[in-house]
Amino acid sequence: MADCIWIQGSSLSEAHPVGYRWAMKARERGAKLIHVDPHYSRTSALAHQYVPIRAGADIAFVGGLIRHVIETDSFFRDYVVNYTNAATLVSEDFRGPEDLDGVFSGFDPDTGSYDRRSWAYEGGEVPSAAGDREHTTQAFSDQTGGGLLEGDPQRDPTLEHPRCVFQLLRKHYARYTPEMVEQVCGVPQADFLRVAETLIENSGRERTTMLVYAVGWTQHTAGAQMIRAGAILQLLLGNVGRPGGGVMAMRGHASIQGSTDIPTLYDILPGYLPMPRASEEDGTLAGYVERMGSKRGWWSHFDNYIVSLLKAWFGDSAAEDNGYGFSYLPKITGNHSHFPTTLRAIDGGLDGMFVMGQNPAVGSQHAGLQRRALAKLKWLVVRDLADIETARFWKDSPEVASGELRTEDIDTEVFLMPAAGHVEKEGHFTNTQRLLQWRDKALEPPGDARSELHFMHHLAKRVRAHYAGSERERDWPIVNLRWDYPERGEHEEPEAESVLREINGYEVATGRPVSGFAELRADGSTAGGCWIYAGCYADGVNQTRRRNPGDLDAPGGWVSPEWGWAWPANRRILYNRASADPHGRPWSERKKYVWWDEDEGRWAGYDVPDFPADKRPDYVPPDDAQGMDSIAGDDPFIMMADGRGWLYSPSGLLDGPFPTHYEPFESPVGNLLYPEMGADPAAITWDRTDNPINPPADPRYPLVATTFRLTEHHTAGSMSRNLPWLAELQPEMFAEIDPVLAAERGIEDGGWMTIATERAEIEARALVTPRVRPLQVAGKTLHQVCLPWHWGSYASSEDGVTGDATNDLVVLSGDPNVSIQESKAFSCDVRAGRRSRETTARMAGVRSESWLTASGDHRADQPHRAAETGQSTHGSGEKGSSA
Amino acid sequence: MEDSGRIVENGSNRPRTFSRLRRLPVVGRAADWGLGPRAVSKNTRQAGPRIAGLKADVSVCPYCSVGCSQLVYTRHGELVDIEGNPDSPINQGTLCPKGSASRQLIQQPGRLTKVRYRRPGGTEWEELELEQAMDMIAERLIRAREDHWQERDERGRRVDRTLGFAHLGGATLDNEENYLIKKLFTAMGAVQIENQARI
Amino acid sequence: MSAAPTEIAIHREGAERMGFFTDTTVCIGCKACEVACKQWNDLPADGSVFRKGMSYDHTGSLGAATWRHVRFVERLAPSAAEREDAASRLAAGGGGGVPSLPVDGGRWTGDGGRGTVDSPGDLDLVALAESGAGEEEGSGGVDVAGAVAQMDRWLFMSDVCKHCTNAGCLDACPTGAIIRTEFQTVFIQPDVCNGCGYCIPSCPFGVVDRDKIDGRAGKCTLCYDRLQDGLEPACAKACPTDSILFGPYDELVDIARRRVAELHARGIDGAYLYGAGDEPQDQLAGGLGAFFLLTEAPERFGLPAQAESPIQENAPVATAAGLGAALAAAGAVVATFVLSHRGGRRR
Repeated sequence: MADCIWIQGSSLSEAHPVGYRWAMKARERGAKLIHVDPHYSRTSALAHQYVPIRAGADIAFVGGLIRHVIETDSFFRDYVVNYTNAATLVSEDFRGPEDLDGVFSGFDPDTGSYDRRSWAYEGGEVPSAAGDREHTTQAFSDQTGGGLLEGDPQRDPTLEHPRCVFQLLRKHYARYTPEMVEQVCGVPQADFLRVAETLIENSGRERTTMLVYAVGWTQHTAGAQMIRAGAILQLLLGNVGRPGGGVMAMRGHASIQGSTDIPTLYDILPGYLPMPRASEEDGTLAGYVERMGSKRGWWSHFDNYIVSLLKAWFGDSAAEDNGYGFSYLPKITGNHSHFPTTLRAIDGGLDGMFVMGQNPAVGSQHAGLQRRALAKLKWLVVRDLADIETARFWKDSPEVASGELRTEDIDTEVFLMPAAGHVEKEGHFTNTQRLLQWRDKALEPPGDARSELHFMHHLAKRVRAHYAGSERERDWPIVNLRWDYPERGEHEEPEAESVLREINGYEVATGRPVSGFAELRADGSTAGGCWIYAGCYADGVNQTRRRNPGDLDAPGGWVSPEWGWAWPANRRILYNRASADPHGRPWSERKKYVWWDEDEGRWAGYDVPDFPADKRPDYVPPDDAQGMDSIAGDDPFIMMADGRGWLYSPSGLLDGPFPTHYEPFESPVGNLLYPEMGADPAAITWDRTDNPINPPADPRYPLVATTFRLTEHHTAGSMSRNLPWLAELQPEMFAEIDPVLAAERGIEDGGWMTIATERAEIEARALVTPRVRPLQVAGKTLHQVCLPWHWGSYASSEDGVTGDATNDLVVLSGDPNVSIQESKAFSCDVRAGRRSRETTARMAGVRSESWLTASGDHRADQPHRAAETGQSTHGSGEKGSSA
Repeated sequence: MEDSGRIVENGSNRPRTFSRLRRLPVVGRAADWGLGPRAVSKNTRQAGPRIAGLKADVSVCPYCSVGCSQLVYTRHGELVDIEGNPDSPINQGTLCPKGSASRQLIQQPGRLTKVRYRRPGGTEWEELELEQAMDMIAERLIRAREDHWQERDERGRRVDRTLGFAHLGGATLDNEENYLIKKLFTAMGAVQIENQARI
Repeated sequence: MSAAPTEIAIHREGAERMGFFTDTTVCIGCKACEVACKQWNDLPADGSVFRKGMSYDHTGSLGAATWRHVRFVERLAPSAAEREDAASRLAAGGGGGVPSLPVDGGRWTGDGGRGTVDSPGDLDLVALAESGAGEEEGSGGVDVAGAVAQMDRWLFMSDVCKHCTNAGCLDACPTGAIIRTEFQTVFIQPDVCNGCGYCIPSCPFGVVDRDKIDGRAGKCTLCYDRLQDGLEPACAKACPTDSILFGPYDELVDIARRRVAELHARGIDGAYLYGAGDEPQDQLAGGLGAFFLLTEAPERFGLPAQAESPIQENAPVATAAGLGAALAAAGAVVATFVLSHRGGRRR
């Protein structure tokens, strides 16, 4: 369907080879393929245009595209005016980085955070986080403008008002010229302009361009903003909500989408409902709903979802008079993500940890620190198919090998539990396009191997037996937890479909499964474990097990609506109302997808329309409209309070309403656009002795490292390194460098080389290749070092392979919005030869303490802002260089 | 749906006439053996795919997030073959090298079948019975919760939680499993529940 | 199209010649074929090393336990000096090789305009084939400008047994273990093979190899077992981009010819078929049942520009077969003997 596939921040061919099947099919059909990436991979090899870029400079590149599209008047005006917030006026108080030397209005240099009130729409309000040092990631409703709008936003459809979003956008990116892109990104102007022209030629009424990204964009301190930049460009080009368009997040694991929707994440409950915070409002259900709900748009239904969740968890015990048990839920106070938890283990206070299907000793950043943290636990439960580095850190980790840790001195008790494989249990995954697909069980797991479902079920039974009859308030949620999953077979395996049924939701009185989230109620009459999944068990049928591809050659047949089930409501393209023009007609016959059927008085199309089915395109909300009634018939973005796609984000993001180019947290290069700045000042890190930072522009670390995945391996390697058939395909850890750097450092192709940061030094085979190209950045030659990260120190089979872990090199840092770390761009150095000692030996003996413990009430596990560390100010590397 | 490995026309540029071969009468096979100048061995004469006649279960590849459908063939409870499901509109029978190797993921040489236990200060793994391990884990979990219960935090705010234990992982697990993890551990007051999605 | 093979051992009504068409222009180098083949045929990993100069290819070559193998031809943005050097070597009669480019077995080093392979222990098939090509003026030669322009590419190709019309291995096999099936594919019957190894040097493509454990010859069967039930061979089925097509040979040739024409229309002038569609006198080994669409000289992929079975013309089949029958009884002994003296050429 796409006429152009723009891949940036992803190596689709390497990490999602069967996804690339469709890119290749599109290419054969005549679509253009563009790959912008620091690393020339197998994705680049098949693209029409490959553009090498400096790792971490993507916002400058995309900002340049945004500027080009605006200045050449190439945007899709009808789409932009009607479907985005381009025309909306912004508060007079707003100032951008062009006015304030690189920061937005409301910045507090002492805390490194923003008071966001001045970012509001004219006449609107934005909840303020001013003065709050606590860092939490942002909940879904905040990102959609919940609590945002009082009164109608003011709009100028001519887009000429100096304070309308469009003009602010234009001003914001005015200096992101092709010349600037060349200087900042190392991309020659001609290459940049060719990308711009290809995107423009393949967007509009008749054509659509798809943007594909992955962790090459997310794993940055500006991760959320990079994706925002891509989304802004796609909105300007009219490529959202339309077939062949969109912003495709290529996620990394079989059900990483599912584990976000039904989160094993600290800051959200199922369906992106925020975890309650230790605040006045969140003390009660009413206060929580008031804070998180929205008066306009879809989130006005917020109360239905949280009450139904509480009913699913606490059953009959959840009643109106006890706030459905809401106040018993644990509350968050700041950042409880993976890194602070690791630091809690080091500092004391974390006794035990469960690790299921993850290998932090290899796969998490600053992996040496991860392993030291494991050694501080009292107990550790690891569930996996085979022995992995995380389970046996006490035996042969680099820290044990170096003598820093002695096995006999490590008191951690470890349980390594054999897990069932994907064909040995039933259940469902959610793929990268929100598609739920059921897996049938084909055989029994061997020996004592069991599913995680079995483990959690039987653990819950033990815990509930222990607390049975307890009258203590703190035990209420356990005692009253609804836990009645039927068991099957000799191993008493809980029935996965019974869990699916609870996730789907049901009518409490009858047990009838609901057919969609519209049936969920806030009065206790319905239960539902994850509102966005409501409908996956409609009619008591496991919809995720549907396997009818349909007629792919029929018009729209490629949607295959009866293959699996997609959330929400089996909808395959979100915001697909935007595939029709404001009057409800397809923008073009070629890009027909969802349209208004006047005869039927309903929306129709190849997909489930993402709009109230009978809301006419010419519907205008009355002045006092609330809830979904406030969404006009030509406002496609129904999850947003104003129904518009956001070119400008008045709320939701903590580090600015527009994406702005900042340097990576560790960069050898100054910020050319904002010379006063380095990294994003709101970026987070942990300024501690055990997390030493490469100072900005430190001559000891003149190179840029980036990481990438190989087709032959999977993530931290435990699912590939020990499989003989895969291990032999990529047997050794290697690093890709360009021939010029190799010659300068005397590194031989195929020989050994060592890569160093403040945290560690690792060794790798050198793959000297002209695929890696030196870049001209700010008038100087810059070399990049490209590192796969699939190897670790242990092989569980004879034919398995081992190698140094790239993550030993990486600093703990984070995006201010979501706490994802910057592992896709960091400074480093390389030399010829093997390392002379264990990878993390340079960290041996470093005491764990915060440099900033004197600064008030800061908890040692809680992050600091880049503004507090000097990383956001180019050149001030004084503190870091003493490390 | 329950069987196959059958070839379907899938809109790709695969040759469309291969189905002719499928229509060859099976009974004709043995009768048609000719004797050329070369000897045809008994095994050759009896050649056939090891999945002939086997029921296939439908699964989904456990590696990346594309969601390729797999056909899983078993004989008497033994896994004998995993290959792409041609019905799937996602992968149309294809698989990448990892998906193609997923039988070996299940049958990998180092596959665990017993609980391994490492005692404090221990230098080697020991084996534990599953039920005993479950009891020991439950006991430690409850103790961590009790030892680190916080009704209020250091600033006096109501938190009703424990920071004594944490969970990591989920992106490789089923949604049903993640649901139970989140449900039980949240009910126990845990907030440090994380997975690969942030990493 | 191709001369009809003469020695079909198995007859079956309705069966026709089946083959592979491997189109390198849509190959993404993912190696799914390599793994899917091992999975289906239960072939072990046979070891690998990090190979200098071999890009992402660490398994090196086809072998007794690697029946599909993906080659990586990596050379991007050569310097002006390198281009000049390459051009002059080619102009001086390089005979089809592109000097200084990595091909099978290691790294090319300059050698009077013709490369040599410096990786010990590997069969020097390419150099062998190339020297043949060099002697015959004009045949297998390379367009100098075209070859130099093509240096700026990263190419992938899934190699496999060619299932030759005139199969050297089959001709050389003294035991009758190697037969031509009803699908006109070349099949080694493992229960007949005695491991004598005659087939190995008889293959002009270096495909056949001796198993390092039992000493018998091994190579692609074109999934003879799957074909019995109308199942597509494992590699072609798995291939995510349909770079490997399987089907009736005549039909594949037809598809391939149209594909070449399409690529030419798109301006990819260098696209051509290797092993199919040639005039009878130019056919490689009489025509290949598994043929390829290439955009570069065959040597870039480690394929010979010319291929004939060395013993094709002077080793009557019947004689070889008779000799084989006599040796069959001592098969196991021979296998052991051969194994202990020759060893595997693969690690």
